[in-house]
Amino acid sequence: MLNNITLGRFFPGNSFIHKLDPRVKILLMIVLLFTVFLSANYLSLFVNFFAIMLFVSLTKINLKTYLKSMKFILFIVLFTGMLNIFYAKGTAIFKLGVFVITDEGFNNSIFVSMRLIMLILVSSLLTFTTSPTSLTYAIERLIRPLAKFKIKTHELAMMMTIALRFIPTLLEETDKIIDAQKSRGANLETGNILNRIKSFVPVLVPLFVSSFRRAYDLALAMECRCYKGGEGRTCMKILRIGSNDIWAILIVFGLLVFVLIINSLFPAVRL
Amino acid sequence: MKNFIDIVDLKFSYNNEGNNAKNILNGINLNIKKGEFLAILGANGSGKSTLIKHLNAMLLPTKGNVFVNGINTKDEGKLYDIRSTVGLVLQNPDNQIVASIVEDEVAFGPENLGVAPKSIRERVDMALKLVDMYEYRKSTTYSLSGGQKQRIAIAGIIAMQPECILLDEPTSMLDPEGRKEVLDTIKSLNKNYGITIVLITHYMEEAANADRIAIINEGKIVRIDAPRIIFSEVAFLDKYQLSIPTVVELIHKLKLNGLPLNNMALDERECVNILKKYFNSLE
Ligand SMILES: Nc1ncnc2c1ncn2[C@@H]1O[C@H](COP(=O)(O)OP(=O)(O)OP(=O)(O)O)[C@@H](O)[C@H]1O
Ligand SMILES: [Mg+2]
Repeated sequence: MLNNITLGRFFPGNSFIHKLDPRVKILLMIVLLFTVFLSANYLSLFVNFFAIMLFVSLTKINLKTYLKSMKFILFIVLFTGMLNIFYAKGTAIFKLGVFVITDEGFNNSIFVSMRLIMLILVSSLLTFTTSPTSLTYAIERLIRPLAKFKIKTHELAMMMTIALRFIPTLLEETDKIIDAQKSRGANLETGNILNRIKSFVPVLVPLFVSSFRRAYDLALAMECRCYKGGEGRTCMKILRIGSNDIWAILIVFGLLVFVLIINSLFPAVRL
Repeated sequence: MKNFIDIVDLKFSYNNEGNNAKNILNGINLNIKKGEFLAILGANGSGKSTLIKHLNAMLLPTKGNVFVNGINTKDEGKLYDIRSTVGLVLQNPDNQIVASIVEDEVAFGPENLGVAPKSIRERVDMALKLVDMYEYRKSTTYSLSGGQKQRIAIAGIIAMQPECILLDEPTSMLDPEGRKEVLDTIKSLNKNYGITIVLITHYMEEAANADRIAIINEGKIVRIDAPRIIFSEVAFLDKYQLSIPTVVELIHKLKLNGLPLNNMALDERECVNILKKYFNSLE
Protein backbone atom coordinates (compact mmCIF):
# COMPACT_ATOMS: atom_id res chain seq x y z
CA MET A 1 0.00 0.00 0.00
CA LEU A 2 2.67 2.50 1.00
CA ASN A 3 5.02 1.27 -1.71
CA ASN A 4 3.13 3.37 -4.19
CA ILE A 5 4.38 6.61 -2.76
CA THR A 6 6.73 8.19 -5.23
CA LEU A 7 6.98 11.63 -3.67
CA GLY A 8 10.62 12.36 -2.82
CA ARG A 9 12.00 9.23 -4.46
CA PHE A 10 14.94 9.06 -6.83
CA PHE A 11 14.80 7.26 -10.18
CA PRO A 12 18.29 6.66 -11.58
CA GLY A 13 18.66 7.57 -15.23
CA ASN A 14 20.84 9.11 -17.85
CA SER A 15 18.81 12.00 -19.23
CA PHE A 16 19.83 15.60 -19.82
CA ILE A 17 18.09 16.58 -16.58
CA HIS A 18 19.66 13.75 -14.60
CA LYS A 19 23.10 14.93 -15.60
CA LEU A 20 22.68 18.55 -14.58
CA ASP A 21 24.69 19.84 -11.65
CA PRO A 22 22.49 19.43 -8.55
CA ARG A 23 23.28 22.96 -7.36
CA VAL A 24 22.09 24.35 -10.67
CA LYS A 25 19.01 22.15 -10.48
CA ILE A 26 18.07 23.43 -7.04
CA LEU A 27 18.49 27.06 -8.02
CA LEU A 28 16.61 26.57 -11.28
CA MET A 29 13.80 24.88 -9.41
CA ILE A 30 13.43 27.99 -7.28
CA VAL A 31 13.39 30.19 -10.40
CA LEU A 32 10.76 27.90 -11.99
CA LEU A 33 8.59 28.18 -8.91
CA PHE A 34 8.86 31.94 -9.20
CA THR A 35 7.73 31.90 -12.81
CA VAL A 36 4.80 29.69 -11.84
CA PHE A 37 3.62 32.22 -9.31
CA LEU A 38 4.36 35.18 -11.55
CA SER A 39 2.21 33.97 -14.42
CA ALA A 40 -0.79 36.26 -14.26
CA ASN A 41 -2.92 35.32 -17.23
CA TYR A 42 -4.04 32.16 -18.97
CA LEU A 43 -1.47 32.44 -21.75
CA SER A 44 1.50 32.67 -19.41
CA LEU A 45 0.02 29.93 -17.24
CA PHE A 46 -0.24 27.73 -20.30
CA VAL A 47 3.28 28.55 -21.49
CA ASN A 48 4.56 27.68 -18.06
CA PHE A 49 2.70 24.41 -17.96
CA PHE A 50 3.88 23.53 -21.45
CA ALA A 51 7.51 24.22 -20.51
CA ILE A 52 7.25 22.13 -17.36
CA MET A 53 5.69 19.22 -19.24
CA LEU A 54 8.56 19.49 -21.71
CA PHE A 55 11.08 19.19 -18.86
CA VAL A 56 9.09 16.27 -17.45
CA SER A 57 9.30 14.44 -20.76
CA LEU A 58 13.02 15.19 -20.94
CA THR A 59 13.61 13.15 -17.77
CA LYS A 60 12.44 9.98 -19.59
CA ILE A 61 10.63 8.92 -16.44
CA ASN A 62 7.16 7.50 -16.99
CA LEU A 63 4.43 10.14 -16.69
CA LYS A 64 2.51 7.76 -14.43
CA THR A 65 5.22 8.13 -11.84
CA TYR A 66 4.62 11.86 -11.74
CA LEU A 67 0.89 11.33 -11.50
CA LYS A 68 1.41 8.96 -8.59
CA SER A 69 3.37 11.61 -6.73
CA MET A 70 0.33 13.84 -7.09
CA LYS A 71 -2.13 11.35 -5.63
CA PHE A 72 -1.56 12.70 -2.15
CA ILE A 73 -2.05 16.28 -3.13
CA LEU A 74 -4.98 15.68 -5.45
CA PHE A 75 -7.37 15.97 -2.53
CA ILE A 76 -5.94 19.33 -1.52
CA VAL A 77 -6.06 20.53 -5.12
CA LEU A 78 -9.72 19.56 -5.47
CA PHE A 79 -10.60 20.95 -2.08
CA THR A 80 -9.02 24.37 -2.63
CA GLY A 81 -10.39 24.42 -6.14
CA MET A 82 -13.91 23.82 -4.79
CA LEU A 83 -13.52 26.37 -2.06
CA ASN A 84 -12.33 29.00 -4.44
CA ILE A 85 -14.98 28.40 -7.01
CA PHE A 86 -17.82 29.13 -4.60
CA TYR A 87 -16.40 31.59 -2.14
CA ALA A 88 -15.49 34.60 -4.17
CA LYS A 89 -17.13 37.86 -4.98
CA GLY A 90 -17.61 39.04 -8.50
CA THR A 91 -19.89 38.75 -11.47
CA ALA A 92 -21.93 35.57 -11.38
CA ILE A 93 -21.62 33.35 -14.41
CA PHE A 94 -23.61 30.39 -13.13
CA LYS A 95 -26.34 30.01 -10.57
CA LEU A 96 -28.02 26.97 -9.06
CA GLY A 97 -29.99 27.60 -5.90
CA VAL A 98 -27.56 28.77 -3.22
CA PHE A 99 -24.55 27.89 -5.36
CA VAL A 100 -23.16 30.80 -7.24
CA ILE A 101 -20.10 30.51 -9.41
CA THR A 102 -18.50 33.81 -10.08
CA ASP A 103 -16.13 34.87 -12.77
CA GLU A 104 -13.35 35.48 -10.25
CA GLY A 105 -14.07 32.33 -8.33
CA PHE A 106 -13.70 30.31 -11.48
CA ASN A 107 -10.39 31.91 -12.44
CA ASN A 108 -9.17 31.64 -8.91
CA SER A 109 -9.80 27.92 -8.66
CA ILE A 110 -8.11 27.22 -11.99
CA PHE A 111 -5.08 29.27 -11.07
CA VAL A 112 -4.73 27.81 -7.59
CA SER A 113 -5.07 24.21 -8.80
CA MET A 114 -2.73 24.68 -11.72
CA ARG A 115 -0.13 26.35 -9.57
CA LEU A 116 -0.31 23.55 -7.01
CA ILE A 117 0.03 20.92 -9.72
CA MET A 118 2.99 22.69 -11.29
CA LEU A 119 4.58 23.13 -7.90
CA ILE A 120 4.51 19.39 -7.36
CA LEU A 121 5.72 18.67 -10.85
CA VAL A 122 8.66 21.03 -10.44
CA SER A 123 9.71 19.60 -7.10
CA SER A 124 9.31 16.06 -8.45
CA LEU A 125 11.51 17.07 -11.37
CA LEU A 126 14.24 17.77 -8.86
CA THR A 127 13.86 14.81 -6.51
CA PHE A 128 13.16 12.19 -9.19
CA THR A 129 16.33 13.01 -11.10
CA THR A 130 18.77 13.79 -8.29
CA SER A 131 20.14 11.18 -5.92
CA PRO A 132 19.66 12.11 -2.26
CA THR A 133 23.41 12.11 -1.77
CA SER A 134 24.08 14.63 -4.50
CA LEU A 135 21.04 16.60 -3.43
CA THR A 136 22.31 16.97 0.10
CA TYR A 137 25.85 17.55 -1.11
CA ALA A 138 24.53 20.38 -3.28
CA ILE A 139 22.52 21.83 -0.42
CA GLU A 140 25.58 21.61 1.78
CA ARG A 141 27.50 23.60 -0.82
CA LEU A 142 24.73 26.14 -1.25
CA ILE A 143 24.29 26.79 2.46
CA ARG A 144 28.02 26.74 3.21
CA PRO A 145 28.12 30.54 3.60
CA LEU A 146 25.82 30.09 6.61
CA ALA A 147 28.68 28.38 8.44
CA LYS A 148 29.85 31.90 9.24
CA PHE A 149 26.85 32.20 11.54
CA LYS A 150 27.89 29.02 13.38
CA ILE A 151 25.22 26.96 11.65
CA LYS A 152 26.38 23.35 11.33
CA THR A 153 25.92 22.99 7.61
CA HIS A 154 27.57 19.57 7.26
CA GLU A 155 25.49 18.06 10.05
CA LEU A 156 22.31 19.44 8.50
CA ALA A 157 23.19 17.92 5.16
CA MET A 158 24.13 14.56 6.69
CA MET A 159 20.83 14.47 8.57
CA MET A 160 19.00 15.01 5.32
CA THR A 161 20.95 12.27 3.54
CA ILE A 162 20.11 9.79 6.25
CA ALA A 163 16.47 10.84 6.49
CA LEU A 164 16.02 10.41 2.75
CA ARG A 165 17.87 7.11 2.82
CA PHE A 166 15.56 5.73 5.51
CA ILE A 167 12.24 6.81 4.01
CA PRO A 168 11.84 3.64 1.88
CA THR A 169 13.06 1.40 4.71
CA LEU A 170 10.61 2.86 7.21
CA LEU A 171 7.73 2.76 4.75
CA GLU A 172 8.39 -0.90 4.14
CA GLU A 173 8.55 -1.54 7.85
CA THR A 174 5.28 0.35 8.48
CA ASP A 175 3.66 -1.86 5.88
CA LYS A 176 4.96 -4.98 7.63
CA ILE A 177 3.76 -3.81 11.04
CA ILE A 178 0.33 -2.96 9.64
CA ASP A 179 0.08 -6.46 8.20
CA ALA A 180 1.25 -7.98 11.45
CA GLN A 181 -1.30 -6.04 13.50
CA LYS A 182 -4.05 -6.85 11.02
CA SER A 183 -3.24 -10.54 11.26
CA ARG A 184 -3.72 -10.20 15.02
CA GLY A 185 -7.17 -8.82 14.32
CA ALA A 186 -6.50 -5.10 14.50
CA ASN A 187 -8.99 -3.06 12.56
CA LEU A 188 -7.25 -0.19 10.83
CA GLU A 189 -9.59 0.63 8.02
CA THR A 190 -13.08 1.22 9.34
CA GLY A 191 -14.67 3.31 12.07
CA ASN A 192 -14.71 7.04 12.54
CA ILE A 193 -11.62 9.18 12.32
CA LEU A 194 -10.95 9.14 16.05
CA ASN A 195 -11.03 5.36 16.16
CA ARG A 196 -8.80 5.08 13.16
CA ILE A 197 -6.22 7.39 14.68
CA LYS A 198 -6.38 5.40 17.89
CA SER A 199 -5.91 2.15 16.06
CA PHE A 200 -2.67 3.45 14.60
CA VAL A 201 -1.02 3.59 18.00
CA PRO A 202 -0.13 -0.14 17.84
CA VAL A 203 1.54 0.59 14.51
CA LEU A 204 3.47 3.64 15.61
CA VAL A 205 4.85 2.25 18.85
CA PRO A 206 6.74 -0.69 17.29
CA LEU A 207 7.87 1.62 14.52
CA PHE A 208 9.39 4.00 17.03
CA VAL A 209 11.08 1.26 19.00
CA SER A 210 12.65 -0.26 15.93
CA SER A 211 13.73 3.16 14.69
CA PHE A 212 15.75 3.68 17.85
CA ARG A 213 17.40 0.31 17.31
CA ARG A 214 18.19 1.33 13.73
CA ALA A 215 19.59 4.68 14.83
CA TYR A 216 21.89 2.94 17.32
CA ASP A 217 23.14 0.48 14.69
CA LEU A 218 23.64 3.19 12.12
CA ALA A 219 25.65 5.36 14.50
CA LEU A 220 27.81 2.34 15.28
CA ALA A 221 28.33 1.54 11.60
CA MET A 222 29.21 5.16 10.82
CA GLU A 223 31.72 5.30 13.63
CA CYS A 224 33.28 2.05 12.44
CA ARG A 225 33.79 3.69 9.10
CA CYS A 226 35.72 6.56 10.67
CA TYR A 227 32.95 9.16 10.46
CA LYS A 228 34.00 12.18 12.49
CA GLY A 229 31.91 15.04 11.16
CA GLY A 230 32.55 17.29 8.20
CA GLU A 231 36.09 18.26 9.05
CA GLY A 232 38.72 16.80 6.74
CA ARG A 233 36.09 14.97 4.77
CA THR A 234 36.35 14.70 1.00
CA CYS A 235 33.74 13.81 -1.58
CA MET A 236 34.04 11.31 -4.40
CA LYS A 237 31.88 13.31 -6.77
CA ILE A 238 33.24 16.69 -7.71
CA LEU A 239 30.60 19.14 -8.86
CA ARG A 240 31.44 20.97 -12.04
CA ILE A 241 29.24 23.27 -14.09
CA GLY A 242 29.29 22.16 -17.71
CA SER A 243 27.78 23.34 -20.98
CA ASN A 244 24.56 21.42 -20.24
CA ASP A 245 24.10 23.47 -17.11
CA ILE A 246 24.61 26.72 -19.01
CA TRP A 247 21.94 25.64 -21.49
CA ALA A 248 19.52 24.78 -18.69
CA ILE A 249 20.11 28.15 -17.05
CA LEU A 250 19.50 29.95 -20.35
CA ILE A 251 16.29 28.01 -21.03
CA VAL A 252 14.80 28.59 -17.59
CA PHE A 253 15.69 32.26 -17.51
CA GLY A 254 14.37 32.55 -21.07
CA LEU A 255 11.09 31.15 -19.79
CA LEU A 256 11.05 33.65 -16.95
CA VAL A 257 11.58 36.56 -19.33
CA PHE A 258 8.98 35.19 -21.75
CA VAL A 259 6.39 34.92 -18.98
CA LEU A 260 7.14 38.47 -17.86
CA ILE A 261 6.71 39.73 -21.42
CA ILE A 262 3.37 37.94 -21.82
CA ASN A 263 2.29 39.37 -18.48
CA SER A 264 3.02 42.90 -19.64
CA LEU A 265 1.46 42.46 -23.11
CA PHE A 266 -1.82 40.93 -21.99
CA PRO A 267 -4.05 41.97 -19.10
CA ALA A 268 -3.84 39.99 -15.90
CA VAL A 269 -6.77 37.76 -14.98
CA ARG A 270 -8.84 39.18 -12.13
CA LEU A 271 -8.47 36.93 -9.09
CA MET B 1 56.22 -13.95 13.58
CA LYS B 2 54.49 -11.10 15.35
CA ASN B 3 50.78 -11.38 15.82
CA PHE B 4 48.46 -9.07 13.97
CA ILE B 5 45.97 -8.72 16.82
CA ASP B 6 46.91 -9.42 20.43
CA ILE B 7 44.31 -9.57 23.16
CA VAL B 8 45.91 -9.66 26.59
CA ASP B 9 43.95 -10.39 29.79
CA LEU B 10 40.94 -8.52 28.48
CA LYS B 11 38.23 -7.84 31.05
CA PHE B 12 35.23 -5.74 30.30
CA SER B 13 32.03 -4.63 31.98
CA TYR B 14 29.49 -2.25 30.48
CA ASN B 15 29.06 -0.40 33.70
CA ASN B 16 32.40 0.83 34.97
CA GLU B 17 31.22 2.83 37.98
CA GLY B 18 30.50 -0.01 40.38
CA ASN B 19 33.53 -2.22 41.00
CA ASN B 20 31.35 -5.23 41.58
CA ALA B 21 29.62 -4.90 38.20
CA LYS B 22 29.42 -8.16 36.35
CA ASN B 23 32.20 -8.66 33.83
CA ILE B 24 30.89 -9.49 30.38
CA LEU B 25 34.41 -10.45 29.29
CA ASN B 26 36.38 -12.24 31.91
CA GLY B 27 40.08 -12.47 31.11
CA ILE B 28 40.39 -13.16 27.42
CA ASN B 29 43.74 -13.98 25.82
CA LEU B 30 43.71 -14.41 22.08
CA ASN B 31 46.14 -13.92 19.21
CA ILE B 32 44.98 -13.48 15.65
CA LYS B 33 47.50 -13.99 12.87
CA LYS B 34 47.67 -12.02 9.68
CA GLY B 35 45.62 -13.61 6.91
CA GLU B 36 43.85 -15.97 9.27
CA PHE B 37 40.16 -16.90 9.12
CA LEU B 38 38.90 -17.13 12.69
CA ALA B 39 35.34 -18.07 13.57
CA ILE B 40 33.87 -17.24 16.98
CA LEU B 41 31.11 -19.44 18.35
CA GLY B 42 29.17 -19.24 21.57
CA ALA B 43 25.68 -19.25 23.04
CA ASN B 44 23.51 -16.11 23.04
CA GLY B 45 24.78 -13.53 25.48
CA SER B 46 28.18 -15.17 25.85
CA GLY B 47 29.96 -11.94 24.89
CA LYS B 48 30.88 -12.50 21.23
CA SER B 49 29.71 -9.12 20.00
CA THR B 50 31.29 -7.40 22.97
CA LEU B 51 34.62 -9.07 22.23
CA ILE B 52 34.62 -8.23 18.55
CA LYS B 53 33.93 -4.55 19.25
CA HIS B 54 37.21 -4.42 21.16
CA LEU B 55 39.14 -5.29 18.02
CA ASN B 56 38.46 -1.95 16.32
CA ALA B 57 38.31 0.23 19.42
CA MET B 58 34.53 0.59 19.44
CA LEU B 59 34.84 -0.55 23.04
CA LEU B 60 37.91 -0.15 25.23
CA PRO B 61 39.02 -2.73 27.80
CA THR B 62 38.08 -2.15 31.44
CA LYS B 63 41.19 -4.14 32.31
CA GLY B 64 43.89 -5.58 30.06
CA ASN B 65 44.91 -4.48 26.58
CA VAL B 66 44.18 -5.04 22.92
CA PHE B 67 46.88 -4.44 20.31
CA VAL B 68 46.30 -4.09 16.59
CA ASN B 69 49.53 -4.15 14.57
CA GLY B 70 51.28 -3.38 17.85
CA ILE B 71 49.15 -0.28 18.50
CA ASN B 72 47.18 -0.23 21.75
CA THR B 73 43.51 0.46 21.04
CA LYS B 74 43.52 2.87 23.99
CA ASP B 75 45.82 5.17 22.00
CA GLU B 76 43.33 7.87 21.02
CA GLY B 77 45.58 9.47 18.44
CA LYS B 78 45.61 6.22 16.44
CA LEU B 79 41.87 5.62 16.62
CA TYR B 80 41.17 6.14 12.93
CA ASP B 81 44.25 4.13 11.91
CA ILE B 82 42.82 1.22 13.85
CA ARG B 83 39.32 1.59 12.47
CA SER B 84 40.50 1.78 8.89
CA THR B 85 42.72 -1.27 9.46
CA VAL B 86 39.97 -3.32 11.09
CA GLY B 87 36.46 -2.87 9.67
CA LEU B 88 33.23 -4.14 11.19
CA VAL B 89 30.17 -5.48 9.34
CA LEU B 90 26.99 -5.76 11.40
CA GLN B 91 24.11 -8.18 11.36
CA ASN B 92 21.26 -6.11 9.95
CA PRO B 93 21.96 -5.07 6.36
CA ASP B 94 19.34 -2.31 6.44
CA ASN B 95 20.69 -0.49 9.44
CA GLN B 96 24.29 0.01 8.39
CA ILE B 97 23.77 1.58 4.99
CA VAL B 98 24.16 5.36 5.04
CA ALA B 99 23.58 6.40 1.43
CA SER B 100 20.83 5.78 -1.09
CA ILE B 101 23.11 4.95 -4.02
CA VAL B 102 25.44 1.97 -4.02
CA GLU B 103 28.59 3.78 -5.11
CA ASP B 104 28.00 6.64 -2.66
CA GLU B 105 27.59 4.09 0.09
CA VAL B 106 30.91 2.44 -0.70
CA ALA B 107 32.59 5.85 -0.93
CA PHE B 108 31.46 6.85 2.59
CA GLY B 109 34.47 5.36 4.43
CA PRO B 110 37.23 6.75 2.19
CA GLU B 111 35.44 10.12 2.16
CA ASN B 112 35.60 10.18 5.94
CA LEU B 113 39.30 9.38 5.77
CA GLY B 114 39.85 12.38 3.50
CA VAL B 115 41.12 10.39 0.53
CA ALA B 116 41.49 12.38 -2.71
CA PRO B 117 38.36 12.16 -4.91
CA LYS B 118 40.13 10.45 -7.81
CA SER B 119 41.51 7.64 -5.71
CA ILE B 120 38.15 7.23 -3.92
CA ARG B 121 36.68 6.49 -7.35
CA GLU B 122 39.35 3.83 -7.96
CA ARG B 123 38.85 2.29 -4.54
CA VAL B 124 35.08 2.19 -4.96
CA ASP B 125 35.29 0.50 -8.36
CA MET B 126 37.84 -1.99 -7.05
CA ALA B 127 35.79 -2.80 -3.94
CA LEU B 128 32.58 -3.25 -5.91
CA LYS B 129 34.34 -5.60 -8.33
CA LEU B 130 35.72 -7.65 -5.43
CA VAL B 131 32.24 -8.31 -4.05
CA ASP B 132 30.86 -8.76 -7.56
CA MET B 133 28.45 -5.83 -7.35
CA TYR B 134 30.05 -3.53 -9.95
CA GLU B 135 27.04 -3.60 -12.30
CA TYR B 136 24.89 -2.31 -9.46
CA ARG B 137 27.02 0.76 -8.69
CA LYS B 138 24.33 3.23 -9.82
CA SER B 139 21.35 1.41 -8.27
CA THR B 140 19.52 2.47 -5.17
CA THR B 141 20.55 0.59 -2.03
CA TYR B 142 17.02 -0.08 -0.81
CA SER B 143 16.09 -2.04 -3.91
CA LEU B 144 18.81 -4.68 -3.35
CA SER B 145 18.34 -8.12 -1.79
CA GLY B 146 19.64 -8.80 1.71
CA GLY B 147 22.69 -10.68 0.43
CA GLN B 148 23.51 -7.87 -1.98
CA LYS B 149 23.12 -5.25 0.76
CA GLN B 150 25.50 -7.20 2.96
CA ARG B 151 28.04 -7.43 0.13
CA ILE B 152 27.75 -3.65 -0.33
CA ALA B 153 28.44 -3.25 3.38
CA ILE B 154 31.55 -5.41 2.94
CA ALA B 155 32.59 -3.35 -0.09
CA GLY B 156 32.20 -0.20 2.02
CA ILE B 157 34.76 -1.62 4.43
CA ILE B 158 37.09 -2.86 1.68
CA ALA B 159 37.19 0.63 0.18
CA MET B 160 39.01 1.74 3.35
CA GLN B 161 41.72 -0.80 2.43
CA PRO B 162 41.62 -2.74 5.69
CA GLU B 163 43.81 -5.65 6.70
CA CYS B 164 41.05 -7.29 8.67
CA ILE B 165 37.26 -7.49 8.47
CA LEU B 166 35.12 -8.37 11.49
CA LEU B 167 31.69 -9.76 10.75
CA ASP B 168 29.05 -10.04 13.48
CA GLU B 169 26.50 -12.62 12.34
CA PRO B 170 26.44 -11.15 8.83
CA THR B 171 24.22 -13.88 7.42
CA SER B 172 21.68 -14.41 10.16
CA MET B 173 19.02 -12.24 8.50
CA LEU B 174 19.54 -13.63 5.01
CA ASP B 175 17.90 -16.38 3.01
CA PRO B 176 20.04 -19.42 2.05
CA GLU B 177 20.99 -17.85 -1.26
CA GLY B 178 22.11 -14.58 0.30
CA ARG B 179 23.98 -16.54 2.95
CA LYS B 180 25.95 -18.40 0.31
CA GLU B 181 26.75 -15.19 -1.60
CA VAL B 182 28.11 -13.52 1.52
CA LEU B 183 30.08 -16.55 2.67
CA ASP B 184 31.65 -16.98 -0.78
CA THR B 185 32.64 -13.32 -0.73
CA ILE B 186 34.22 -13.69 2.70
CA LYS B 187 36.13 -16.82 1.67
CA SER B 188 37.41 -15.21 -1.50
CA LEU B 189 38.61 -12.10 0.36
CA ASN B 190 40.49 -14.34 2.75
CA LYS B 191 42.00 -16.77 0.21
CA ASN B 192 42.72 -14.45 -2.70
CA TYR B 193 43.45 -11.14 -1.02
CA GLY B 194 44.90 -12.26 2.30
CA ILE B 195 42.41 -10.24 4.36
CA THR B 196 42.14 -11.45 7.94
CA ILE B 197 38.58 -12.50 8.77
CA VAL B 198 36.93 -12.74 12.17
CA LEU B 199 33.46 -14.18 11.79
CA ILE B 200 30.82 -14.54 14.49
CA THR B 201 28.20 -17.02 13.41
CA HIS B 202 25.55 -19.40 14.61
CA TYR B 203 25.86 -21.52 11.48
CA MET B 204 28.30 -24.36 12.02
CA GLU B 205 28.56 -24.91 8.26
CA GLU B 206 30.03 -21.42 7.99
CA ALA B 207 32.42 -21.93 10.88
CA ALA B 208 33.68 -25.12 9.21
CA ASN B 209 35.39 -22.90 6.60
CA ALA B 210 37.57 -21.19 9.19
CA ASP B 211 41.21 -21.94 9.97
CA ARG B 212 40.46 -21.86 13.68
CA ILE B 213 37.35 -21.73 15.81
CA ALA B 214 37.24 -19.96 19.16
CA ILE B 215 34.44 -20.94 21.52
CA ILE B 216 33.31 -18.38 24.06
CA ASN B 217 31.31 -19.12 27.14
CA GLU B 218 30.39 -16.57 29.81
CA GLY B 219 33.08 -14.16 28.74
CA LYS B 220 35.89 -16.68 28.56
CA ILE B 221 37.45 -18.52 25.67
CA VAL B 222 37.00 -22.15 26.49
CA ARG B 223 38.61 -23.60 23.42
CA ILE B 224 40.52 -22.64 20.28
CA ASP B 225 41.17 -25.30 17.69
CA ALA B 226 40.84 -26.27 14.07
CA PRO B 227 37.25 -27.01 13.00
CA ARG B 228 38.19 -30.60 12.21
CA ILE B 229 39.19 -31.21 15.80
CA ILE B 230 36.40 -29.27 17.47
CA PHE B 231 33.63 -30.81 15.40
CA SER B 232 34.87 -34.29 16.15
CA GLU B 233 34.01 -33.76 19.82
CA VAL B 234 30.26 -33.90 19.76
CA ALA B 235 29.88 -34.07 23.53
CA PHE B 236 31.94 -30.90 23.89
CA LEU B 237 29.75 -29.00 21.40
CA ASP B 238 26.65 -30.12 23.25
CA LYS B 239 28.02 -28.84 26.50
CA TYR B 240 28.25 -25.29 25.15
CA GLN B 241 24.86 -25.40 23.42
CA LEU B 242 26.38 -25.39 19.97
CA SER B 243 24.68 -27.20 17.17
CA ILE B 244 26.51 -29.77 15.12
CA PRO B 245 26.99 -29.44 11.35
CA THR B 246 24.67 -31.81 9.54
CA VAL B 247 27.45 -33.78 7.84
CA VAL B 248 29.33 -34.17 11.11
CA GLU B 249 26.18 -35.41 12.78
CA LEU B 250 25.52 -37.87 9.98
CA ILE B 251 28.98 -39.42 10.18
CA HIS B 252 28.81 -39.39 13.97
CA LYS B 253 25.51 -41.25 14.04
CA LEU B 254 26.68 -43.75 11.45
CA LYS B 255 29.69 -44.42 13.63
CA LEU B 256 27.53 -44.83 16.71
CA ASN B 257 25.52 -47.41 14.83
CA GLY B 258 28.60 -49.43 14.17
CA LEU B 259 29.78 -48.37 10.72
CA PRO B 260 33.57 -48.56 10.76
CA LEU B 261 34.23 -45.02 9.53
CA ASN B 262 37.46 -43.57 10.81
CA ASN B 263 37.44 -40.10 9.25
CA MET B 264 35.67 -36.83 9.97
CA ALA B 265 33.84 -34.81 7.35
CA LEU B 266 33.69 -31.02 7.34
CA ASP B 267 31.63 -30.50 4.23
CA GLU B 268 29.42 -32.42 1.85
CA ARG B 269 32.21 -33.40 -0.50
CA GLU B 270 34.28 -34.95 2.27
CA CYS B 271 31.22 -36.72 3.57
CA VAL B 272 30.48 -38.20 0.16
CA ASN B 273 34.10 -39.31 -0.19
CA ILE B 274 34.06 -41.07 3.16
CA LEU B 275 30.86 -42.89 2.29
CA LYS B 276 32.20 -43.81 -1.17
CA LYS B 277 35.32 -45.24 0.40
CA TYR B 278 33.23 -47.27 2.77
CA PHE B 279 31.02 -48.68 0.00
CA ASN B 280 34.06 -49.49 -2.10
CA SER B 281 35.59 -51.38 0.81
CA LEU B 282 32.46 -53.52 0.97
CA GLU B 283 32.88 -54.86 -2.54
N1 LIG C 1 25.22 -1.85 25.54
C1 LIG C 1 25.10 -2.75 26.54
N2 LIG C 1 24.93 -2.34 27.81
C2 LIG C 1 24.81 -3.23 28.81
N3 LIG C 1 24.87 -4.56 28.66
C3 LIG C 1 25.05 -5.05 27.43
C4 LIG C 1 25.16 -4.17 26.30
N4 LIG C 1 25.33 -4.92 25.19
C5 LIG C 1 25.31 -6.20 25.60
N5 LIG C 1 25.15 -6.29 26.94
C6 LIG C 1 25.10 -7.53 27.72
O1 LIG C 1 26.34 -8.19 27.54
C7 LIG C 1 26.15 -9.60 27.45
C8 LIG C 1 26.86 -10.12 26.23
O2 LIG C 1 26.30 -9.52 25.10
P1 LIG C 1 26.84 -9.77 23.62
O3 LIG C 1 26.01 -8.93 22.72
O4 LIG C 1 28.29 -9.57 23.59
O5 LIG C 1 26.49 -11.31 23.43
P2 LIG C 1 26.60 -12.19 22.10
O6 LIG C 1 27.49 -13.31 22.41
O7 LIG C 1 26.96 -11.32 20.96
O8 LIG C 1 25.12 -12.70 21.96
P3 LIG C 1 24.24 -12.92 20.66
O9 LIG C 1 24.55 -14.27 20.15
O10 LIG C 1 22.84 -12.82 21.17
O11 LIG C 1 24.57 -11.83 19.69
C9 LIG C 1 24.66 -9.83 27.44
O12 LIG C 1 24.30 -10.32 28.69
C10 LIG C 1 24.06 -8.48 27.21
O13 LIG C 1 22.87 -8.35 27.93
MG1 LIG D 1 25.95 -10.59 19.20
